[in-house]
Amino acid sequence: MKHTTTLSELKLGQSAIIRSFKNEALSSKLIDMGCLPGELITISRTAPLGCPYIIHVSGYELSLRKAEAMTVMVETLS
Amino acid sequence: MVGNPNAGKSTLFNALTGLNQKTGNYSGVTVDRYEGKFSYAFQNKLFYFSVLDLPGLYSLYPKSNDELIACTTLLDENENIDVVVIVVDATNMKRNLLLATQVIDLKFKTVVVLNMIDEANHQNIKINIKGLSEILGVPIIPLDSRHQQGLVDLKEAIFHANQSQSIFYDLNTEAIKEKKDYRNFISSTIKSTTQPQTIENADKVYRFNIINYLLAKYVKSPEQLSQKEMSSKIDAVATHKIFGYALLLFILFLVFQLIFFISESPMNWIEQFFLQIGNYVHNTLPHGQLNDLLVNGVITGISGVVMFVPQIAFLFMFIGFLEDSGYMARASFIMDRIMRPFGLNGNSVIPLISATACAVPSIMATRSIKNLKERLITIFILPLISCSARLPVYTLLISVLYPSNTFLGVFNTKGLVLLAFYFIGFLVSLLTAFILKKIIKTKESSFFIMELPVYRKPQLKSIGILVYNKVKVFISEAGKIILAISIVLWFLSSHGLSKKYQILEAQAQDIQANPVLIDKAETLKVIEKQKLEHSYIGELGHWIEPIIKPLGFDWKIGIALLTSFAAREVFVGTMATIYQSGDTDNEEGIKQKLLNETDAEGNKKYTSAVCWSLLLFYAFALQCMSTIAVVKRETKSWKWVFMQLVFLSVLAYGSAFAAYQILS
Repeated sequence: MKHTTTLSELKLGQSAIIRSFKNEALSSKLIDMGCLPGELITISRTAPLGCPYIIHVSGYELSLRKAEAMTVMVETLS
Repeated sequence: MVGNPNAGKSTLFNALTGLNQKTGNYSGVTVDRYEGKFSYAFQNKLFYFSVLDLPGLYSLYPKSNDELIACTTLLDENENIDVVVIVVDATNMKRNLLLATQVIDLKFKTVVVLNMIDEANHQNIKINIKGLSEILGVPIIPLDSRHQQGLVDLKEAIFHANQSQSIFYDLNTEAIKEKKDYRNFISSTIKSTTQPQTIENADKVYRFNIINYLLAKYVKSPEQLSQKEMSSKIDAVATHKIFGYALLLFILFLVFQLIFFISESPMNWIEQFFLQIGNYVHNTLPHGQLNDLLVNGVITGISGVVMFVPQIAFLFMFIGFLEDSGYMARASFIMDRIMRPFGLNGNSVIPLISATACAVPSIMATRSIKNLKERLITIFILPLISCSARLPVYTLLISVLYPSNTFLGVFNTKGLVLLAFYFIGFLVSLLTAFILKKIIKTKESSFFIMELPVYRKPQLKSIGILVYNKVKVFISEAGKIILAISIVLWFLSSHGLSKKYQILEAQAQDIQANPVLIDKAETLKVIEKQKLEHSYIGELGHWIEPIIKPLGFDWKIGIALLTSFAAREVFVGTMATIYQSGDTDNEEGIKQKLLNETDAEGNKKYTSAVCWSLLLFYAFALQCMSTIAVVKRETKSWKWVFMQLVFLSVLAYGSAFAAYQILS
């Protein structure tokens, strides 16, 4: 079943589709980096202390902090 | 030249220009400006091009200091830009093309470089370059900057470059229509702070739609990229909760070894080399003021500058490897959570460790910290880390403090106290960082949205040029400040206003010239001491006595505090001169003199209160002109130098005061 949540709620290795952003200032930076609505995003690793994450998006890897991941709304795949 | 960070822009710049580069400043900011030259022959004529390598950026809507400079420079009409070369990473085209389409819309004469084409081929990414080039309306030069293939094609394309006729922005956007064209629109968004994000996001999403279409039509890439799988395997170790930190620890250990021990021999050679030159000049030129200025002012000063070269070279060689290979981003990744509470960056770790050897190369190494605030905080606290120049000072004072050397019969007291001072250095620096984090306000927001580039084999030529540039910049920019201060220090310690000084000078010359005097050396030493006491610096030492008295220091220590501004270890040499302990390298001699020193009432002078006070003073005070010179060069402002100097002086004075008052 599909449901909408934040990127920070995804489990390691789980993929989702980016839907929207909660923070306007961050959204612009995220789009610069290829995280745009409709894009598939996967949590590929977390740092040893649980933060930051490495995510896979637009064909490359990007790291972001938990607080930043919380601003990304995603739709999980069934 | 513009492009995303990690698109191989600097490597291409190095391949194009070789050593024909100069490092300058963008006015008023801490970012370095790299300019170079290359030539191109056309119809038997040689044409020269000057290239400006702009800081890496992801889009024309700047999100960081670096990006802002890249944008404003690109749009600055005074720069007289003829052609823009956009560097695109062929293995990561989607994100790279965002900037490319934006820059094409600025209507410069444009060439696109499809960089790392060899890797793309290796990955089985098939790109229809001709088709893509037609749509973009600009020539696309596939290039392998790691092997320098295609450089001639690129030069030719630059020579013949034209404006693209294609447009990639949404012609219906009101905000752009209002400004007539995209270049005007971007110029105005950079200047305004109120521009709503929605317009820029819409612009970028519009572009990504076109890019997705182009990629679908002209680029075929396999589902799984072998190089990325490879990177992922390395990351499984490099970011592992045990192995990751073990690897980082090992790397830090190597850094420590390199600049603490391996640099030692070359530094000694440099010292010896300049001593030889000094001796030669001293003996060849006629004796007098000029001779003294050259030998003790200029040559010693230059020696003091060149002395740092081995440490800087080794450190940047290492950092070059870490950055080029892609490891630096991983180190930053696993350290972020640990360093963040202190306002530091994952990339602060290497400077912090190398500062145990010397703050100078470490401050230069903060260049890899992209966030300005985190970089400034790191620079600010680095001089608090116990560096190797403090070691001779600590050892001398600790041996005065504990002449016999065991504690509880087992432990080595000196070792314990020394260790304690390393801890104090780290602790106070972290505390300071924590406080600064609360105080410093910057416009730049701190986020950690950072690309993790795939691992690549580092390129020796690029690292060589990096090391060369760092050394060159240090010598030409920080070096001149260091040289100037050392000449001033030489003047102050070898000249005096008073009659007494002139008499001593004449006496010294008489003794020098006297062929029959038996204990010439001993007599000269006495005069040397008296000369120092009556020199300007000696007078200053007397003059500051009331200020340092509450710390338990007399004018003799005052003089040593002043001379050791050249470098902390000079303290020991000056004390040796003042106490005439003979051989300045012989710590035992000075130690005995200090132990026997008494005040007017016959009480011991170097009590534990005085020793602790001095130790703490040297732990915190910014007694190092080279650090000051390099902080000036790296922050590009005297404001930071001044704040750091005041803060560290207050901290040193305060803690020495407290220690002396409590213990005495």
